[in-house]
Amino acid sequence: MSTSNRKISTPLDEKTLKSLKAGDEVLLSGEIFTARDQAHKRLVETIAKSGKPPIDLKNKIIYYCGPTRTPGGRVIGSCGPTTSSRMDRFTPQLLQIGLKGIIGKGRRSDVVRRSICKHGAVYFLATGGAGAFLSRCVISAKPILFKELGPEAVVRLVVKDFPLIVGIDSKGQDIFKR
Amino acid sequence: MKKINSEMIRRAVAHLCVEANIKLRRDVCAALNRAVKNETNARAKRLLKQLLDNARIAQADKVALCQDTGMPSVFVEIGRDVNTQGLNIDQAIQKGIEDGYRKGFLRNSIVSDPLLRPQPPKFGPGVIHYDFGSHQGLKITVLPKGFGCENKTQLKMFTPTASLDEIKKFIISVVKESGPDACPPYILGVGIGGGADQAVLLAKKALLRPLDKSSSLAHVARLEKELLKKINQTKIGPLGLSGATTALGISVLAAPTHIAGLPVAVSISCHVLRSASVHFK
Repeated sequence: MSTSNRKISTPLDEKTLKSLKAGDEVLLSGEIFTARDQAHKRLVETIAKSGKPPIDLKNKIIYYCGPTRTPGGRVIGSCGPTTSSRMDRFTPQLLQIGLKGIIGKGRRSDVVRRSICKHGAVYFLATGGAGAFLSRCVISAKPILFKELGPEAVVRLVVKDFPLIVGIDSKGQDIFKR
Repeated sequence: MKKINSEMIRRAVAHLCVEANIKLRRDVCAALNRAVKNETNARAKRLLKQLLDNARIAQADKVALCQDTGMPSVFVEIGRDVNTQGLNIDQAIQKGIEDGYRKGFLRNSIVSDPLLRPQPPKFGPGVIHYDFGSHQGLKITVLPKGFGCENKTQLKMFTPTASLDEIKKFIISVVKESGPDACPPYILGVGIGGGADQAVLLAKKALLRPLDKSSSLAHVARLEKELLKKINQTKIGPLGLSGATTALGISVLAAPTHIAGLPVAVSISCHVLRSASVHFK
């Protein structure tokens, strides 16, 4: 059922996305973008107004995360996932413009699950409450958008072997509905 | 007792904020270790070990256990020998929170207005509760609870003739509704009695009791034991991915209530239950 420690890298191509099954455990390397409540609100508002997002999200991965502040000499502070369901109201619009991966924790609505399936994307789970552990997998972190939001700014992270479990796969299979 | 000044309180609170957020409570660590031993599901066992690794890394790297460093609740217990003259306890605590969160590189998660939500968020204020007791000295406890689990808090106003079974069902339903979303395995604080306000406060205060202690009231201790068993039978498991470990502990506090009512409040804590205390004597 689960493929332990399979390594995947960004950008996730169609073949990789299709091969991932709910329950698979993977180690992700590459580029991901943090965004949570306020950043989602602004992204979706901008798309509604101008037809395109302020950053290119095509084939990208969003991580629902608002890290602690970064102590000197470190790449990032504690950086675990936040509850995904709060972003349910915004997710279909982002999948519509090409978002292919989402990292968070907990359940998604049926609307989101169907939208993930429709767009051939994947929803990953990271270990909630393991922010210190996960911070060791982050190689670089650079705020790129909405910096005035502080912990809710969009930050470009480069991660190495970031441990994830496939929550909803591109066929719409949901790990919490088995 | 020794004379206390505002500066001592400020420094102590700053230290407690950092300690609570970086060093996992010893009783929670012990409960996680027990859970690893008892867990039968292989993935759940692996995830529980990851949580213990997280606690070790947080302490070694001096980085917060969880990125959500909470909205700090501060419980102040003022003993009868404490002379509060000349003290500005409220201000000292709020300044201590700000110092601690700043120096500890904790997250600024507080917006000063819940509707306008001005950005960026700030370090405080925290929420302070004062109790005057018959003990000696001044005790301050900081409980920085994350909001993923705080959002799962529920209050139900039962009628006085409600059965114990109905109450149990409600408490278990709160866990089921939280499901995988609020970082299980959970710790439950339950407040029964008082008015609505006291029930919710008791539920949160219940989280301060060490997990290896049970209620001193026999009928309440029985209820705790039975609820813990039933909650673990839900098999929600770590991260909600199934397993024998859905809750690490449950603590119920009861208080006098009105003949017409029976308030029950449930405060769910994620597995990163954080608190730290100081006692000035």
